[in-house]
Amino acid sequence: MKSTVVIFPGSNRDRDMITALTRISGVAPQAVWHTETELPKSDLVVIPGGFSYGDYLRAGAIAARSPIMDAIARAASTGVPVIGICNGFQILTEAGLLPGALMRNANLNFVCREVKLKVVNANTRFSNRYTSGEVIRCPVAHHDGNYFADENTLEQLEGNNRVVFRYAENTNPNGSILNIAGIINNAGNVLGMMPHPENLIEEAHGGLDGRGLFESALEIAA
Amino acid sequence: MPRFNARITVTLKDGVLDPQGKAIEGSLAALGHVGVNSVRQGKIFEVKLDATSKTEATKNLEAMCNDLLANTVIEDFTVEIVA
Repeated sequence: MKSTVVIFPGSNRDRDMITALTRISGVAPQAVWHTETELPKSDLVVIPGGFSYGDYLRAGAIAARSPIMDAIARAASTGVPVIGICNGFQILTEAGLLPGALMRNANLNFVCREVKLKVVNANTRFSNRYTSGEVIRCPVAHHDGNYFADENTLEQLEGNNRVVFRYAENTNPNGSILNIAGIINNAGNVLGMMPHPENLIEEAHGGLDGRGLFESALEIAA
Repeated sequence: MPRFNARITVTLKDGVLDPQGKAIEGSLAALGHVGVNSVRQGKIFEVKLDATSKTEATKNLEAMCNDLLANTVIEDFTVEIVA
């Protein structure tokens, strides 16, 4: 599996992501700068967290219009799996690859803590190492994670089982509608989520709960 | 080509929660300003642009809003040519 991590000015979780992918797959991912217009051949593309362009205008708005994004949209349309974590999720919604928007946290606070996530749908290429209904631990760190979409979009998400992760046990840190923490696109190959599973993948992190996501996405033998 | 000064106003759609507006509303009340029913926060962009006509300028500005300046999932925009 060849994975690729896309880096924007202001990305700051790119190294965490590169480390996580390297530790889990045994192979270092390719790092691609946002000005590139082509992606190297990739079996998985990850847009990491951070504050691309300082969150100017809206979180993820300017990065979503970067040259590399056309290449990511093309890859996604041919079925290449794409994951956006935190700022990556914001970028994917701004780019129109996922529906809805990530708004300022309802309590206005930057939240940096651990939450509980319910794996709502374990039948995706990103979550098949979990079981549906399982509750996992996961860190969050964001200011604009308050997921919002209109009613039609929410009905489609819920009706097609496209909510993959939901904040559980009253740990919704941002006011996200229907406790939505992570969603997939209609084709099932683009995932966006606010929490940081890459920060809970080895014993030194205090847990391995995030590992299943990368093992699913990288098709690591169980 | 004539030059136009435009003002673009971007506001949250009705029904979209605006926690920043709510916080400002609370602060105004705390300062003793009475009678404030609601505060909604938005953005203003002042754009100078060249276009062949006012109509073309407006059309171009609307395209800019749809492409970048507003996120139409959550925001509405208005375009005004001020000079």
